[in-house]
Amino acid sequence: MKIKLIIGIFLFIMITAIVSSCQSDAQVEFSRYYAGGASIYQEHCQNCHGEKGEGLQSLIPPLTDSIYLKNNKKLLACFLQNGLKGKITVNKSDFDDEMKPTDLAPIEIAKVLTYVTNSFGNKMGTVNLQMVEGDLAKCR
Amino acid sequence: MRNLLFIGIAALVTLNSCTSKPDKLPVLGNKQPVTKMVDGKQVTDTAYATIPDFKFVNQYGDTITAKNLNGKIYVADFFFTTCPSICPVMHRNMLNVYKEFKDDDNFRILSHTIDPKYDTVPVLKRYADKMGISGNSWWLLHGNKGDTYGISKSYLQSVQEKNPAGQFIHDGFFILIDKQKRIRGTYEGTDPKEVDKLIADIKTLKAEPEQAVAK
Repeated sequence: MKIKLIIGIFLFIMITAIVSSCQSDAQVEFSRYYAGGASIYQEHCQNCHGEKGEGLQSLIPPLTDSIYLKNNKKLLACFLQNGLKGKITVNKSDFDDEMKPTDLAPIEIAKVLTYVTNSFGNKMGTVNLQMVEGDLAKCR
Repeated sequence: MRNLLFIGIAALVTLNSCTSKPDKLPVLGNKQPVTKMVDGKQVTDTAYATIPDFKFVNQYGDTITAKNLNGKIYVADFFFTTCPSICPVMHRNMLNVYKEFKDDDNFRILSHTIDPKYDTVPVLKRYADKMGISGNSWWLLHGNKGDTYGISKSYLQSVQEKNPAGQFIHDGFFILIDKQKRIRGTYEGTDPKEVDKLIADIKTLKAEPEQAVAK
């Protein structure tokens, strides 16, 4: 009886291990970027944009507007690197305060964008280093 | 039988100690003994530190002095509109205090800018509008730097000119002041739990008999 139980537990662990190793490379990449992005977000973004990406009234835009993020997907990396000035419309509200440039490296930008565009109700998939480098090369 | 009685009394005492809430907030700041004559007898009383008189201008361009706060409980803090670090967090939390008490004319919020050069009256008005603040419950106060930095000490706060990195440094505390202009609590404005406690403490303070009668 005891042996059966041990075998049972062993089998369960084996199956779990096999199933989790079956995670595709894409999923592994996503998890890596997302987890790294969460801590970068806390350190560099959360004070202003809020724990839940809620922003602050009409001063700081929320990060919960999937449409804005999708429409500006290729510009997000540039916003983080160079800051953002001028009027933007997010979630039907106008915002025209300045966001200061950050000193994040391209890999950090990729991670934090993966986090933001897949949190707060967004689901846009991984933003990897290659994509960020491509977008940064085209910054206006 | 005697045991039963004992347990009953013990239970009552325990219950009682659980239900009794502190109904008076402490008075903070320096205190000094004051001796005065009452009815021909010498009485020694405690004099607590109070916020001295001041003169600032709010977001509407109105002059605000300590007189405008007579008969009012208020919360004070220090900030500047372009502050990238703790201010958005503080004012996200202060907004909860504002929402809770904005219809109470005997309550105010005073936010002093520590960057008067940039935060002029129109800049403060724009900030108020963008924060969704209207009416007179939350005043954003402009004054000369010396006055603001001076009064921060009365609130037990530390604010400094720009540090070498080019930023202003200031504490993120919310200070609760009673109708006698005494400090009754300090709360870390960046911590939502502390700000919840501030809201609860304001209610406790409002219920103190001494506060209820003060004009």
